[in-house]
Amino acid sequence: MTEDNGALDGHGEKPSRRDFIYIAAGGATAVGGGLVLWPFVDQMNPAADTLALGSIRVDVSQLLPGSEMTVMWRGAPVFIRHRTEEEVAEARDVELSALPDEDARNDNLPEGTPAIDANRVLRSEFLIVKGNCTHLGCVPTSQETNAGGEYNAWYCPCHGSHYDKSARIRRGPAPENLPVPDYFFESETTVKIGLNDEERANSGWAVA
Amino acid sequence: MSGPSTYEPKTGFTKWLDSRLPIVRLGWDSFVDFPTPRNLNYWWTFGGILAVFLMIQIITGIVLAMHYVPHEAYAFDSVERIRRDVNFGWMIQSMHANGAAFFFVAVYLHMFRGLYYGSYKAPREVLWILGVVIYLLMMATAFMGYVLPWGQMSYWGAIVITNLIGALPFVGDAIREWLWGGFSVGQATLNRFFSLHYLLPFVIAGVVGLHIWALHVPGNGNPVGLEVRGGKDGKKDTLPFHPYYTVKDGFAILVYLMVFAVFVFFLPTVLGHADNFIEANPLSTPAHIVPEWYFLPFYAILRAITFDIGPIDAKLGGVLLMFGAIAILFVLPWLDTSKVRSMRYRPLTRWFFIFFVLTCFGLGWCGAKNPDDYVLGIEGFKFLYFGQFLTLYYFAYFLVVLPVMGIVEKPKERPASIEAAVLGNKASAQPAE
Repeated sequence: MTEDNGALDGHGEKPSRRDFIYIAAGGATAVGGGLVLWPFVDQMNPAADTLALGSIRVDVSQLLPGSEMTVMWRGAPVFIRHRTEEEVAEARDVELSALPDEDARNDNLPEGTPAIDANRVLRSEFLIVKGNCTHLGCVPTSQETNAGGEYNAWYCPCHGSHYDKSARIRRGPAPENLPVPDYFFESETTVKIGLNDEERANSGWAVA
Repeated sequence: MSGPSTYEPKTGFTKWLDSRLPIVRLGWDSFVDFPTPRNLNYWWTFGGILAVFLMIQIITGIVLAMHYVPHEAYAFDSVERIRRDVNFGWMIQSMHANGAAFFFVAVYLHMFRGLYYGSYKAPREVLWILGVVIYLLMMATAFMGYVLPWGQMSYWGAIVITNLIGALPFVGDAIREWLWGGFSVGQATLNRFFSLHYLLPFVIAGVVGLHIWALHVPGNGNPVGLEVRGGKDGKKDTLPFHPYYTVKDGFAILVYLMVFAVFVFFLPTVLGHADNFIEANPLSTPAHIVPEWYFLPFYAILRAITFDIGPIDAKLGGVLLMFGAIAILFVLPWLDTSKVRSMRYRPLTRWFFIFFVLTCFGLGWCGAKNPDDYVLGIEGFKFLYFGQFLTLYYFAYFLVVLPVMGIVEKPKERPASIEAAVLGNKASAQPAE
């Protein structure tokens, strides 16, 4: 073998035909290996039917001010709260600097949008957020059961994170506000959560 | 210590086989005539105990897989059916669930043995590292296995642990979704955990093979930490593995299995958690999520970081430290600067080691408690602070105590040889016939 590829052992010699074959074969093996590997990695990502189940419609006509409901969306809870005027006022009366996470965490708005309450809701009376604590995913308890924590809104019992009337993190280990899913009001009383591109374009969301 | 083979095939068939596949020779050299230090105590029996428990877990697991249904709608019921209706299912399920716990008891004692007697030091670094790999694989296997019954603790344990991955910057969310196979822990997650839970024990068995291979190159360490002498004197330091250590290991295995049987038959669920008898419910988190007891010390380290460290936020910091607590074991052979293996001859470090063991238990205690509760009811002394203090010592033991003590400590005088350590100055060092 070695006498054939003497050029490889030498220094400063011209690349030979054999060098080219080595590099081409090695490169093809690496690329081919990657191409074969990828399907076996990608099969673990959410499947087409899982993605297709990505949206739900919720009737909120029965939801009275001061009450809330929890719906399942994509296998996880979403909180829908019909806020009273006092709750909205309390949520809007918070300085941005008082927030540990100043990003609105709103899937309908660009990243980096300030976390003022107006950027967290489409209609001020309806607060709709994903219901898993941003720390490790527990479901926070609510003021509904008198377990709303320091801000009488939501409190995660697992590791003690307190959320406010706009479901923004205020105290505790959770790093982010409860995220707002992409949704819009299909009619006066129907919310659609999980939107396609067309719906997203006409959803009526805008940075306040 | 892999010297020349002493195996001599006697029958025609074994001679024929030996020249084609010397598998009997391999077994003979590894487990019959293998020269083993004559001073091994009972702390050295946990390797054999662990091999037995790996087999118990694989055999009971294969049987359980014949009845278990990896579907979010049926998994919980199928486990209950195994417990109630499948012939002897109550026993086999109990053996598997308690077997995991006893597997971890044995592996922790095996690891503390290694730490105390310096088993990780040259020339056994690779042996030690392979052991840490096995430990990591065990933890992954146990975690995924605990998800399968699809009770409340199974489900919420899976939520919490997979969310840890989400703490990684940039790629965290994508990796988490990739692990889930959806937007939350669900059917896809359960199904793949079942597949991997079935696979990993065989990977463990493979690495155990490497672990034993790496053991049989330098041979066993021993309580005095001296190497077996070369040449003729080596015979005086060792005994053949069989019958001396097959009997000693066998006795220890039997005693351990007796304790195991007490749990399997009389306390089958005492190590479990009541919440796991409630089927998984994504809308309701149990009041108190705790991992299985064997993960509690790491859970305490995870929760000890409640403050940001520079650009690293508290959540990521906790995750990094938790993984760091295991990762540090990989470099342990190079952190301990002492040439003396056994803590018997390290008068100061010995105390640090004892405190380290207490720290591990203390962290386990913190992991089981609410971080805001008070230790022993002492006002103001939260479990959080206790856990933070113990976490600090855990890392200090590896990063400060072991590197420094190797330089400043004056070790005690050691015996001249393993033979001298066992027999003193007695003339005859021959084993009893």
